[in-house]
Amino acid sequence: MSIRTEPVTMNVGPIHPSTHGVFRMRVTFDGEEIIDVEPVIGYLHRGSEKLAEERTYTQVVTLTDRMDYVASMTNNQSYILSVEKLAGITPSPRGVWLRMIASELQRIASHAVANGFLINDLGAWHTPLLYMLREREKILEMFEMLCGARITNSYLRPGGVFMDAPDQFWPALNRFLDEMPHRIDDIENLLSTNEIVLIRTQNVGVLKKDECLNASITGPVLRASGVDWDLRHKNPYDYYDQISFSRPLGEIGDNHDRFLVRIFEMRESLKILRQCIENIQPGPVRPKEVPFLVRPPKGDSYVPIESPKGELGFYLVSDGGVSPFRCHVRAPSFINLTLLREMVLGDKIADLFVTFGSLDVNMGEVDR
Amino acid sequence: MTKVFSGEMIRELIDDLEPESVVSTNNDSVHIKSESALKIFNELKNKENCQFDLLSSLTAVDYIDRFEMVYHLTSTVHNHSLVIKLICGEGRKEPKVSSVVSIWKGADLQEREVWDLMGITFENHPNLKRLLLWEEFPGHPLRKDYLR
Repeated sequence: MSIRTEPVTMNVGPIHPSTHGVFRMRVTFDGEEIIDVEPVIGYLHRGSEKLAEERTYTQVVTLTDRMDYVASMTNNQSYILSVEKLAGITPSPRGVWLRMIASELQRIASHAVANGFLINDLGAWHTPLLYMLREREKILEMFEMLCGARITNSYLRPGGVFMDAPDQFWPALNRFLDEMPHRIDDIENLLSTNEIVLIRTQNVGVLKKDECLNASITGPVLRASGVDWDLRHKNPYDYYDQISFSRPLGEIGDNHDRFLVRIFEMRESLKILRQCIENIQPGPVRPKEVPFLVRPPKGDSYVPIESPKGELGFYLVSDGGVSPFRCHVRAPSFINLTLLREMVLGDKIADLFVTFGSLDVNMGEVDR
Repeated sequence: MTKVFSGEMIRELIDDLEPESVVSTNNDSVHIKSESALKIFNELKNKENCQFDLLSSLTAVDYIDRFEMVYHLTSTVHNHSLVIKLICGEGRKEPKVSSVVSIWKGADLQEREVWDLMGITFENHPNLKRLLLWEEFPGHPLRKDYLR
């Protein structure tokens, strides 16, 4: 005998511990089953693109920090690369190596946060999350040494970085590189074979290769679905062409694959960091001839980079003035939300949060 | 390394697909006629030597005398990319282009964002509602004539 049930529409968010920010989902349930989801965004919209039109090219760097606020360094990097291409600036080698070190550290921090909160959403309250945040804390301390700020770094400038790394940075980085592999092993042993984690994540929220590409989904989510597409490898920016690393790929594209891909990418980032340390040479961190007030010629530029969330690019249009005429952000978190509805249809309520967590969406970047 | 098409190469490519639809050629992009845009995009996605399966970015620019759409396309198969631009309508009055959601699902949220902030209408978009701002918001803030 089947019982007819009334569908119920409910709001999840905007203030909800599992939405990682101010994100609202209008969810329609039939009993425990999800029959419709509509993401409602814009609660953190600050109009960064409009604000950028009123600021000089260097001042916009501070706006980019506040987009994806758990990965400020990669935001800086993407914006600066676009400005450099627009203005034809050749960066100093030491500056480039320093910003690669910063952005790889940032990738580890961002993946640590993503996986920690994913496990938190699964119900493993706080213990694995705090293990992850403890490692992230060491990275933030290193950022503090580099530029004096922990989250909103604004470390990069057109041509390189604004300050050389202090002497105490290198021992701290080496210590981190020695310790971190063991911490990643710990987390992997603790969670990746855990029965509850496996049941809750395997074959849940599956994304097929073709669906992913068609919906412009990039980053670890795309690689978890089995597409070998990493811009550091396919279209190397900075000095990534001198670095060797491998790209971990998933097979099914479920929540478990996305979790594992992030863990493996943390290991690859450590490998990249070691090669950066070997390659970095003393020298200026920023060419002296680059003026503080950059005035690019008329034109436009778009340089996509591989941020921890996916393809991040700034489309800048210059009219020859001191501030961008138009600044558009191709935000990976925002576009990765495209298929959220299709991913969770037919799943149970509790799976909604796991799938959303595994996408690693940052609301600062979604709303800008 | 991704092979980036120069304006001249894009023009040759599009002339093969749909003759006389390129309006002007720039250094690294071309302007195409908005009427033939949908057909060209469809060919670019499906043709063997193009296969632009990833719509990297879709955005609009307000050049005061006109609105321009900018499409960044990438092929993960051949690892090449190109930029296509098109002018929306004439002048500033009711800018309108056809939606590419039927070709790339990834355009869905991006087109809604462009409608919301720049006020460009996308014909045949399945769900063209405001995205970041609320429905009653007056005007489109990224336009250059939007007053604070």
